[in-house]
Amino acid sequence: MHVPDGFFNAPVSVAAGAVAVAAVAVSLKGARRELDERAAPLAGLVAAFVFAVQMINFPVGAGTSGHLMGGALAAILVGPYTAVLCLSVVLMLQALLFADGGLTALGINITLLGVVAVLVAYPLFRLLARTLPRRRSSLTAAAFAAALVSVPVAAMVFTLLFALGGTADVPIGAVFAAMTGVHTAIGVGEGVITALAVGAVLGARPDLVHGARGLRAPLVLRNAAGEETEVPAAGTERAPSPARSVRPLWWGGLAATVVCAGFLSFYASSELDGLERVATDQEIIQQAEDSRTADSPLADYGVEGLDDARLSGGLAGLIGVTATLATGTGVFLLARRRASHRDAEARASHGDGRD
Amino acid sequence: MGAGHAHALYRHGRSPVHRLPAHCKIVALSAFVLIVVATPREAVWAFGAYAGLLTAVAAAARVPPGFLLRRLLIEVPFVAFAVLLPFIAEGPRVEWLGLSLSESGLWSAWNILAKGTLGVAGSVLLAATTELRDLLLGLQRLRLPSLLVQIAAFMVRYLDVVAGELRRMRIAQLSRGHRPRGLRQWSTPARTAGALFIRSYERGERVHLAMLSRGYTGTMPVTRTRTAGRTQWAATAALPGVALAVCLMGWTL
Repeated sequence: MHVPDGFFNAPVSVAAGAVAVAAVAVSLKGARRELDERAAPLAGLVAAFVFAVQMINFPVGAGTSGHLMGGALAAILVGPYTAVLCLSVVLMLQALLFADGGLTALGINITLLGVVAVLVAYPLFRLLARTLPRRRSSLTAAAFAAALVSVPVAAMVFTLLFALGGTADVPIGAVFAAMTGVHTAIGVGEGVITALAVGAVLGARPDLVHGARGLRAPLVLRNAAGEETEVPAAGTERAPSPARSVRPLWWGGLAATVVCAGFLSFYASSELDGLERVATDQEIIQQAEDSRTADSPLADYGVEGLDDARLSGGLAGLIGVTATLATGTGVFLLARRRASHRDAEARASHGDGRD
Repeated sequence: MGAGHAHALYRHGRSPVHRLPAHCKIVALSAFVLIVVATPREAVWAFGAYAGLLTAVAAAARVPPGFLLRRLLIEVPFVAFAVLLPFIAEGPRVEWLGLSLSESGLWSAWNILAKGTLGVAGSVLLAATTELRDLLLGLQRLRLPSLLVQIAAFMVRYLDVVAGELRRMRIAQLSRGHRPRGLRQWSTPARTAGALFIRSYERGERVHLAMLSRGYTGTMPVTRTRTAGRTQWAATAALPGVALAVCLMGWTL
């Protein structure tokens, strides 16, 4: 999915570049916390690993083979910030040295393959890993789901960018169907390979899996009398608390989404007209008329009462993003509260045993 | 490290283009590609002019055309997409050799082919005339955060080592009768990736310790700086400057 030059028009390329720069700036700060002082050599080696992983082919059948994108894998193994940095470096050098992916499309490539993939995969992985029972198999399952979802979502964001500033006059529905379909199939491969690879690392060096920090079962000592005591693991003490590690990620994601939804849609006015024409051609409009939300104040990606098409489109995007984020955060907070309740109960019962 | 210090795409030479400071070249190329992308696709002659400009740069850099054309092959997957466009795009259709082609699809295909090829050719020229170390130093001079440059430097330096490890694992698999066919063999590449990650990560820790014991404090010493004079900036500005003129003419004509 390395986008070449000329695929997107100049405004979208520049805007995506701004998103990529912001994401890299946030990641530079975060990576120091994830890797301490070892940031440069370690992240460099991980970047070389990501580059090499993209050379590993797995057979898809019928004589063809696919290769890993590595966004989800890197995020789970070394943490989201380092993963964004490593993927950005890999994509930058691929564009500069290997002419793989255009220079003006570098921002788009970093946004899609780095930022979106990591922003989708890592929170999903943490959420699943915290809510599923504490077993190695649940970590593997969480890795599978995270990698599986991250690829089609990146494809969907590609379609969104294509609708905003794609240079080809292709029905956006067809682009969406083709991109999502193909990338769901790719995502299954990505998910299976990522899950197996994370499982292999968990088997050999579980302490290296960043996403599994603080999730390991504590060491239990049993004395001659058969009494069991729990030893707090040394590694878990230093692990960043999830509340602190998620918040900057959340703000970064919010900033990027706001830029995408509010700012990019300024450029979308003419293309959105194209989208509506396509919709008319394919008789989607008729179905849309039947939809119950058609007369909602946000229908047609515009805010009622605002005449400026661009302004209202941008505002509608912002409102939509805010609603989505609020819902998502609510679900996340609920899940976390439930998990922490369970933890507290577990701790309380263990504390009783210790007394 | 027994690996060479130049990357695969570099072509040693002493041409004026080789001698220009790397950061000037990066700025010039980025500006050039952005101008190319911003050119209206209907101005067919403008793209011919851009190609002529790149040919002139290639001639000045003494990069043989065969080398350049071979490197352009990386674009092939997107060429396939561009070839499909006239068949699937919307809009009025034109008849050509009995095929019904979309007019706007033809324009889109031309747009992607022309701009993509020019971008790839420019990147290939930069890679062919700039040494890796200079490229990284140039990125640093362009105020790219030093952590990012260091990560890139380590990645490039150890890429051959990590890729070599991967190659040895693959040879080991093949010599034990591994014949990947179908979905059942997916665990092998996955375990390979896992093992490769552990080896890379542990190597990173060892490299870090080795650097600490040699006095590493978080920044790399700069042994050579190349500042660019006004004449060199002027020389590199020629490419995007002429391209900008062509682009403006493309918009007005």
